[in-house]
Amino acid sequence: MSARAAKAEHAAADFVRLTDVIKRFGSAPPALDGIEGRIRGGEITGLVGPDGAGKTTLIRLMTGLMLPDSGTIEVLGFDTRQNPTAIQAAIGYMPQRFGLYEDLSVQENLDLYADLRGLPKAERPAVYDELLTFTDLKRFTGRLAGKLSGGMKQKLGLACALLKKPRLLLLDEPGVGVDPISRRDLWKMVEDLTREGIGVVWSTAYLDEAEMCDNVFLLNQGKLLFTGPPAGLTSRVDDRVFKLTGLTGRRRPILAKTLELSGVIDGVIQGEAIRLVLAPGAKSPVETEIGSKLRLVPATPRFEDAFVDMLGGGPGGWSKLADATTKLPSDGGRPVIVAHGLTKRFGDFTAADDITFEIPRGEIFGLLGPNGAGKSTTFKMLCGLLKPTEGEGRVAGFDLRRDTAEARNRLGYMAQKFSLYGDLSIAQNLAFFAGVYGLNGRRKRERIALMTEIFEFAPHADMSAKDLPLGLKQRLALACAVMHEPEALFLDEPTSGVDPIMRREFWTHINGLVEKGVTVLVTTHFMEEAEYCDRISLIYRGRSIALGSPDELKARVASKDNPDPTMEDAFITLVQESEAEAVTA
Amino acid sequence: MSDSRRLDRVRRLAALVRKETYQVIRDPSSILIAFVLPLILLFLFGYGVSLDATRTRIGLVVEDPTPVTRDLAASFQASRYFEVVNGNDRREFEEDLITSRVRGIVVIPATFAADYAAGTSPAIQVIVDGSDPNTASFVQNYARGVVANWAALRGADAAARPPAISVEQRFWFNPQLTSRFFLVPGSIAIVMTLVGTLLTSLVVAREWERGTMEAIMATPVTAAELLIGKILPYFILGLASMTLCMLLAIFLFGVPFRGSILALYALSASFLVPALGQGLLISAATKNQFLASQLALLSAFLPAFLLSGFLFEINSMPTVIQWITTVVPARYFISSLQTVFLAGDIWPLFLQAIAVMLLIGAVFFALAARSTRKRIG
Repeated sequence: MSARAAKAEHAAADFVRLTDVIKRFGSAPPALDGIEGRIRGGEITGLVGPDGAGKTTLIRLMTGLMLPDSGTIEVLGFDTRQNPTAIQAAIGYMPQRFGLYEDLSVQENLDLYADLRGLPKAERPAVYDELLTFTDLKRFTGRLAGKLSGGMKQKLGLACALLKKPRLLLLDEPGVGVDPISRRDLWKMVEDLTREGIGVVWSTAYLDEAEMCDNVFLLNQGKLLFTGPPAGLTSRVDDRVFKLTGLTGRRRPILAKTLELSGVIDGVIQGEAIRLVLAPGAKSPVETEIGSKLRLVPATPRFEDAFVDMLGGGPGGWSKLADATTKLPSDGGRPVIVAHGLTKRFGDFTAADDITFEIPRGEIFGLLGPNGAGKSTTFKMLCGLLKPTEGEGRVAGFDLRRDTAEARNRLGYMAQKFSLYGDLSIAQNLAFFAGVYGLNGRRKRERIALMTEIFEFAPHADMSAKDLPLGLKQRLALACAVMHEPEALFLDEPTSGVDPIMRREFWTHINGLVEKGVTVLVTTHFMEEAEYCDRISLIYRGRSIALGSPDELKARVASKDNPDPTMEDAFITLVQESEAEAVTA
Repeated sequence: MSDSRRLDRVRRLAALVRKETYQVIRDPSSILIAFVLPLILLFLFGYGVSLDATRTRIGLVVEDPTPVTRDLAASFQASRYFEVVNGNDRREFEEDLITSRVRGIVVIPATFAADYAAGTSPAIQVIVDGSDPNTASFVQNYARGVVANWAALRGADAAARPPAISVEQRFWFNPQLTSRFFLVPGSIAIVMTLVGTLLTSLVVAREWERGTMEAIMATPVTAAELLIGKILPYFILGLASMTLCMLLAIFLFGVPFRGSILALYALSASFLVPALGQGLLISAATKNQFLASQLALLSAFLPAFLLSGFLFEINSMPTVIQWITTVVPARYFISSLQTVFLAGDIWPLFLQAIAVMLLIGAVFFALAARSTRKRIG
């Protein structure tokens, strides 16, 4: 039987039936609100949405480890309320951190899960052999799971979930924190499984992953926005997505201007070009209003374009924050941020190896790489939080080792996951960070008042930061980082997990600030976000393996088979090239 | 079919126990809590802490020097419990008492000699610092002892006079009243509280934090298997840790061991039931290691220390506190430990203690089992 035929045959069966599922936690708005849908065998079904959308809750409900407040969930014919045991015997589940015992070796983890799942001893050698080959972990059976790389952990987690061949495989954000190569490998493995008729649920916050699924559930704040094949969603923006090319000079002011035009729903920087989504029926107003040298070429709609469209379009391009920022004088092209041979070793582990780059004023520079690659280490050395083993870093001309205080006063730092004081209110957080950055007296009051006005904090000023919705947290974190008008802004994974609207709002401010002469260093593992940068450095296993503008890097890997590679294609090819070099050297 | 199902069950349980054992062996923090901390505690109580006060400094005021009072003063000076500073007026020592340069003032009043001669019971005054009750009562009791001794000796000297009733103290089981002999066995209870309650609650909370609990819950494993899979390894670890303490107590600290090994293990095993039950209950209530450790320290470790009769006599506690101590399992364990080491096997006493500990344990387990279902959140 051909794979496609097998797929078609299994596709008939509903593996999961969700009927008006509602789940609340405490008094907050429901985590899941009236979810309806079907998940079929032999397919990859994506649960797609930003953090807090309800993806994990929905998966947990399917495992029977959590029960809905109302509505029913039927998994493989069993109701999760009545018969969770039967469900748990027939599914494979990989929770977010893979569910591995770090003190146990690869083999011991497999043995444990084989025993728990009741895999007969006689079958084990064959199954182990198959799974270890499949995951390419054969050489590492004796290694402790805690000592594996993120990608290897993910594969081992998958192997553990597959020991007793499940009919339904539930994967909760398997792509998070894993390098793109492992992510792609995993995807291929999962695709193979669907050919055997296994149903796969893959939750993700990456919208590019959504595009590859057979079916998606698009969730936002507990609501199901869309269910069906992803093409069904992207088709809503068919013929409305364009690339604005032929830009010369600075393209961010053009983006800002374009976003303010009526008829433009969404726009982002994409390398040298600007990607635009127009309103239905809007007759590309761009050429006439922006300039005649520009060309508007149709582009293939992406899932993200459709998602933004569905949420009612992105914010405008005008940043009140940038307006209130005084323009920094240009100073003859002297770089604002300098990393020179930065190296950090922890014991015999080199977390960052000879990282070198210079960022001129008004540029956005990105460090792109998977978790654990050394981005955050490099980052922390440059803002004076970590002492380099070798090399030096300078911010605004100050050496970070000798003039730490001066250097720090000129930089604003926005940490991963918005490290705010959760028990302090918005006003208290602002006052605290103003104090930390040395503002006082009238200036402090003025800046706090300004931030409160720009980001519209007033109605929430007394709320504890930890109770704020994600979008407000992001605004507050940004406000705290820019309150003292820093020359350089350090953003560590600034938009991970937020929805695309919030990400656009955030970048509108950053784009505006950059036009005022602020220099930005940003770390990200979002390939799309990397394209908002002027230049990026690809960080992999502690080293910078490539540096250039997004378009340059993409062009470097373009080939006959793949004339228009994505950022992810570029990353993967460049990593493979650098590894091949390492082998020959 | 049911045979293979039973086999599956046994295999799952064995797998959980094996996993836990590997983790204990490989995780330095478990070894720290189960073996290193006990050593530190034992050494602390064996060598560092002693409740025997020797040579306490007191101020001795003889208001009217007569042969009789001088003789009594000499008795105080000769006592090996006191270091005496002489004076004529209690006011000389007031400042010293406040600043703790002396721990008490003993006043032999001007009327002492006359009262003594008249045969009425002569009184002395002992002024102590009530803010340090332990030392205060020590000074008070020993001062009284010195006077009683002195009176008895004088009585014997002056054979004409019928000797006053003399109280002869004899301490059984621990004739030298060496505090180490009851502190070291008692600290075994503290150690087992650490392993049973603190370590257990920590390892369960850790599974929640690392997401492994969620992963194994989504397998066919049952809640009971999960529970037993946690209890068994730490039960054995607790007994191992107790064995280490026992050997050190006997061979290093020279604590006499007059009971039987059987009794010691029976008591320890029974104590582990409430200790583990409490640990599981804590981890069911909190899924975070920090909170679990705080709760374990507050609800198990401190009571085992303070409300068990380990350091402080239960009989001298306020009534309400005494009631509270009845639900502290360590209370029964510590008194039994002291008995099994210093006195010997007194089974009626042990059986009673075992019964109470098991009862408390049963309550903890019932509560823990009720809250340990295969559910998240």
